[in-house]
Amino acid sequence: MQIETALLIEWVVKSTILIFALLTGFAYTTFYERRLLALIQVRIGPNRTGPFGFLQPAADGLKLIFKEELIPANAYKFVFILAPILTVIPALIIMAVVPWGGAIELFGRQIALGLTDINVAILYLLSVASISVYGIVLAGWSSDNKYAMMGGLRSSAQMLSYELSLGLAFVVPILLAGSMSLNQIIEAQRGVWFIFYQPIAALVFYIAMLAEVNRAPFDMPEAEQELTAGYHTEYSGMKFSLFFMGEYMKMIAVSAIFATLFLGGYRGPFVDTYPLLGPLYLFLKVFLSLGLMIWIRATLPRLRYDRLMAFGWKILLPLSILNVFVTAVIIVVFGL
Amino acid sequence: MTLQQVELTSDDLRHLVSQRALDGETVLLNMGPQHPSTHGVLRLLLELDGETVVNCIPDIGFLHTGIEKNIEAKTYEKSEVMTDRLDYLNTMGNNLVYCLAIEKLVDLDVPARAQTIRILFTELQRIASHLVWLGTAALDLAAMSVFLYCFRERERILDMMEMASGQRMMTTYFRPGGLWRDLPEEFIPTLEQFLDDLPARIDQYEDLLTHNPIFIDRTKGIGVLTEEQALGYSITGPTLRGSGIAYDIRRAHPYAGYENYEFDIITEEGGDCYARYLVRIREMRESIRIIRQAIARLEDGPVRSNNRKFVPPPRSELGTSMEAVIHHFKLWTEGFPAPADSVYVPVESPRGELGVFLEGDGGPKPYRCYWRTPSFVNLQVLPLLSKGHFVADLVAIIGSIDIVLGDTDR
Repeated sequence: MQIETALLIEWVVKSTILIFALLTGFAYTTFYERRLLALIQVRIGPNRTGPFGFLQPAADGLKLIFKEELIPANAYKFVFILAPILTVIPALIIMAVVPWGGAIELFGRQIALGLTDINVAILYLLSVASISVYGIVLAGWSSDNKYAMMGGLRSSAQMLSYELSLGLAFVVPILLAGSMSLNQIIEAQRGVWFIFYQPIAALVFYIAMLAEVNRAPFDMPEAEQELTAGYHTEYSGMKFSLFFMGEYMKMIAVSAIFATLFLGGYRGPFVDTYPLLGPLYLFLKVFLSLGLMIWIRATLPRLRYDRLMAFGWKILLPLSILNVFVTAVIIVVFGL
Repeated sequence: MTLQQVELTSDDLRHLVSQRALDGETVLLNMGPQHPSTHGVLRLLLELDGETVVNCIPDIGFLHTGIEKNIEAKTYEKSEVMTDRLDYLNTMGNNLVYCLAIEKLVDLDVPARAQTIRILFTELQRIASHLVWLGTAALDLAAMSVFLYCFRERERILDMMEMASGQRMMTTYFRPGGLWRDLPEEFIPTLEQFLDDLPARIDQYEDLLTHNPIFIDRTKGIGVLTEEQALGYSITGPTLRGSGIAYDIRRAHPYAGYENYEFDIITEEGGDCYARYLVRIREMRESIRIIRQAIARLEDGPVRSNNRKFVPPPRSELGTSMEAVIHHFKLWTEGFPAPADSVYVPVESPRGELGVFLEGDGGPKPYRCYWRTPSFVNLQVLPLLSKGHFVADLVAIIGSIDIVLGDTDR
């Protein structure tokens, strides 16, 4: 009984930390994006609120809370309110299986840094990641707005075309590590990161991941220049910020997953001696991955959605199938 | 006819959309007038089959200013300040064509130095306009950094305009018979510095776009305008030259001394958005060449005609010459009369043929002033170009024909 209570407390504390980390991360990712974009575009960016503009996310949040909530007269109200929730919850829970570090010793207990370590972590990631597309499709459909509907439809078309390649890109680290547990995949990268063994899989994964989180150049569901704001055209106030939150937290989550699968996760120099360095290394890798996403957004024009489908089916999918096949053959033949 | 009688019912508008739309097979979508990519207040009534454009009906008039009509109510010189507001990306060009029309109507001479400075500024304005076009057209395809880079360079042009005329955009710098005032001393060094920097900057934009596979994918083969269609729709400017027809008013009907300058008429084959993009990029480089020639032939001299019947005397003369006071008084109270005659003067604006038809009636106000604006004429081709393309392409096509709504609804 004693141990179970301690375990419960441990989980609650870790979940709270995770949720706070994601919420703060979301706020500061928007700030990071704005400042980095400004840097790339020879502007200054938000620098008035607090030192270096650090309070800007708080100001934005406050503004959004006080905004009027509008629901279109002919919207399907229940689904309209459900949609942002469906987007944000998967983004919050997807990080549950991603380890942030090794184990530390606290109050005489061995505490693993990471919420949980399940042996089907990869399947969990894939299934949770796919839920949030429902939020977008339902938002588009329930808004009673043609732009929003087109955004929702684009989103489902987009999901169909990248999800398969994403799944196949997941297979490669599984093959290399021989396990679906993220902890064991990280352990397998003790020597060399998988990105060096498998640059193609890493590339496919990164591209599919940009499509997964609707980032440029695959931001068709919300293409501002075409669909005004796409699926969230009719959303305002906190419901809008939930979509916003969902998008940015998913950016953080997929970056963390990318780091875990291909960049050795929390591993780095001295992490075995000082396990608390783990979260720091993970943070750095996520930070770099987010920076790359922002850089891509600043540089590339948007693809057309039929081109994305062609790209997904004709290039990414054959490439990843071939890659999985070759990797599997090599592993079997050389008995790695 | 009372208002009740002209009110339209939905039956009267039925012919605008197809039967398929009425049956609900296709979707009708109002794009604009408030939409990020319609470049102002253009409204498009789209009939969509999925995301494919079946029909597109442009609806203009949301920025109607009545300037054309207003010009008839003012004296010739006083109206000039309104011409800036027509095509707000080509203010110097609007001033130029209006002044040229007045000068032709009343047969007024323009000193050589003023002519050269006019060319210098219209070409500078062409670069500025093309920069705005490039930035916004790239932004339509979501290449957002190009937009800010272009505006950085445009800002320097606006600074130079401010240096010369005191205003960044609404310059009213050219006046009938010459210029408002001479260039300030520091202008030419600033301009030369800018011209030295610009080619490298244009190379940067090209690095970001010209060979970018996504950009090529989004523009090549999109919105193809054949030579026959372009001529049939009276398309002018870079949009026409993108279809491979070498027609440029600067060469075909030279004005303001363009016959003395060496420059190439840029054409590209293909007639698609990519060809129109290349034409404008190369035209910017050509404009740099013209400006350099203009700087080389800039010689000292007056910048205003000495014809006191049309051009106000300098302020210094007002204290010493009675005649000057009389001229000044006459010009500012009643303006100058123009003969009962009509003229039409076209110039090559960054968007195409910009023409002014001016008819005098012997008095100081024009009887009729009509502007042949390129945006209005070029916009007509939009339904033709957009049919069968996706909504995403429609945005690229609107961008590529470079419309300014102030120019469309004058």
